[in-house]
Amino acid sequence: MKILVTAKRVEDPESKIKVKPDGSGIVQEGLKYKINPFDEIGVEEGLRLVAKHQGEVVVVSIGGKEVQEQLRHALAMGAHRAVWVNHTGPLDQLAIAGLLQKVVEKEKPDLVILGKQSIDDDQNQVGQYLAEFLGWGQATFASKVESLESEQEKNKVPALVVGADGKTVRVIREVDNGLATLECQLPAIVTTDLRLNQPRYASLPGIMKAKSKPIEELTPAKLGVDVTPAIQVLKMSAPPARKAGIKVADVPALVEKLHNEAKVV
Amino acid sequence: MPIVLIVAEQQPDGNLRKATLNAIGAGKQLAEKAGAELHIALVGKDPAKVADELKGYGAKAVHVGAAPELEHYLAETYAPALAALAQELKADYVGMASTAQGKDLMPRLAARLRAAMATDVMGFNGSGADITFNRPMWAGNVFAEVKLTTPVKVFSLRATEFPAAQGGQGAAEVKAFTPKVEASKTKFVDFKEVKSARPELTEARVVVSGGRGTKGDFKEIEALADDLGAAVGASRAVCDAGWVPNDLQVGQTGKVVAPQLYIAAGISGAIQHLAGMKSSKTIVAINKDPEAPIFQVADYGIVADLFKVLPELRSELAKLK
Repeated sequence: MKILVTAKRVEDPESKIKVKPDGSGIVQEGLKYKINPFDEIGVEEGLRLVAKHQGEVVVVSIGGKEVQEQLRHALAMGAHRAVWVNHTGPLDQLAIAGLLQKVVEKEKPDLVILGKQSIDDDQNQVGQYLAEFLGWGQATFASKVESLESEQEKNKVPALVVGADGKTVRVIREVDNGLATLECQLPAIVTTDLRLNQPRYASLPGIMKAKSKPIEELTPAKLGVDVTPAIQVLKMSAPPARKAGIKVADVPALVEKLHNEAKVV
Repeated sequence: MPIVLIVAEQQPDGNLRKATLNAIGAGKQLAEKAGAELHIALVGKDPAKVADELKGYGAKAVHVGAAPELEHYLAETYAPALAALAQELKADYVGMASTAQGKDLMPRLAARLRAAMATDVMGFNGSGADITFNRPMWAGNVFAEVKLTTPVKVFSLRATEFPAAQGGQGAAEVKAFTPKVEASKTKFVDFKEVKSARPELTEARVVVSGGRGTKGDFKEIEALADDLGAAVGASRAVCDAGWVPNDLQVGQTGKVVAPQLYIAAGISGAIQHLAGMKSSKTIVAINKDPEAPIFQVADYGIVADLFKVLPELRSELAKLK
């Protein structure tokens, strides 16, 4: 089966994000970049499915030439080839889903796996937009029942299971107050939640091999997509700081404050 | 007059999801700023009971679409049904609480309406036709003011940022409509509820959370939570270690909570955890490490071992009663 996986370039989740004094964006200096963690989980899941069912994992990223780093990362993990949509400047989710729709129509994958959201703009939209644009089924927030580090991990049923006839995928999703299971006809869209799997590290041979794997270059113009944003970020600001709290000496002092000052107990 | 359409949510047990009331509260704020009418939409197999409950919240109308095909929630069937209604009403704004269903459904609905969408909206600015949305980015480290330039504007709402709408405000007209039903390429298989006697994390007045400092022993956390009628939460580290189920996770990647009182025991306060609880009214931190970042957001901190503090806290609180 052919699986298309996204690989967005985002700020390292461990970095400290600061807003520029004029509110026009975030301070770029000193930031490190990574593949969006949810997308990395998508790459891992794609590789596991292909290991079981044969086929290939094609990874796609949109951005300037720097996004090739993230594509190479996915290729080093084991993805077979990459598609790079070369574009600089702001993009909204309508445009991103529009570009991905064209890539999907060109590649004709059986399954598209995306991170449920990217950790920069936290919109959680592209997978769902893409599913609607394509008229495909969607299973968002694919997750596992057990903890990633638990004993059960090795033996349990994976969250994504392709049907014996290769025509459906069964997905366990994390929703409010429980787990929902859906069965989507293929081709379908799946978005990943945090606990779907633990992505592998790229091996040294993997990193060497990735250097010679092909990256195809496309552009919004070539794909015929108008990417004028319909979402404008007018201003960014730091969240309001909480007023400095105090340290209390002991539990009776704490209870006194909670009862008489905060009035919450 | 412009129209704000708020989508109500029915839980699998048929009851109204409480976050819907916060979404209606938000819808009222937006309607006031935009000079718009507030409408509520609800679709499902058997939405009548909940529709009746929704009458008293000051909306102009409650639109109810019942169809047997809508028995189990699926984005693929709910999006066309609601999009057709939004188009018929000529709704200018369509919003819903950022629940799991809201997050799954609203982007698909927006795509169908060719609308841009803002996720996890925390507030509205401007007036008349010139409305902008406040929303968090980078795990809540940045607040952004965004403008949507498509004719229809779709959004999901961070429920904890809006007061729940109050009932008893007249009786809205309940209008039945025949929902547009489309075939779905996805089949609902099952839903396994994680049952708990404690209140839902996102709805609780008090949350007691444990982190790595518990070393997986949640007995004291649970005992305090039960004394206070509180929900139990946890940090991501604790969930990933398999010590507690993942649906207890508070944080950017888990649940976002804003209770009256949040007690963090043995939680260091990673950025992503803080993003999930910073809006709590009063925060108490209990940690052995005086340098733990959690103390920077806590109103009251105690530098001590949680296994000493929690039992003592329980007996001191008992004295208040």
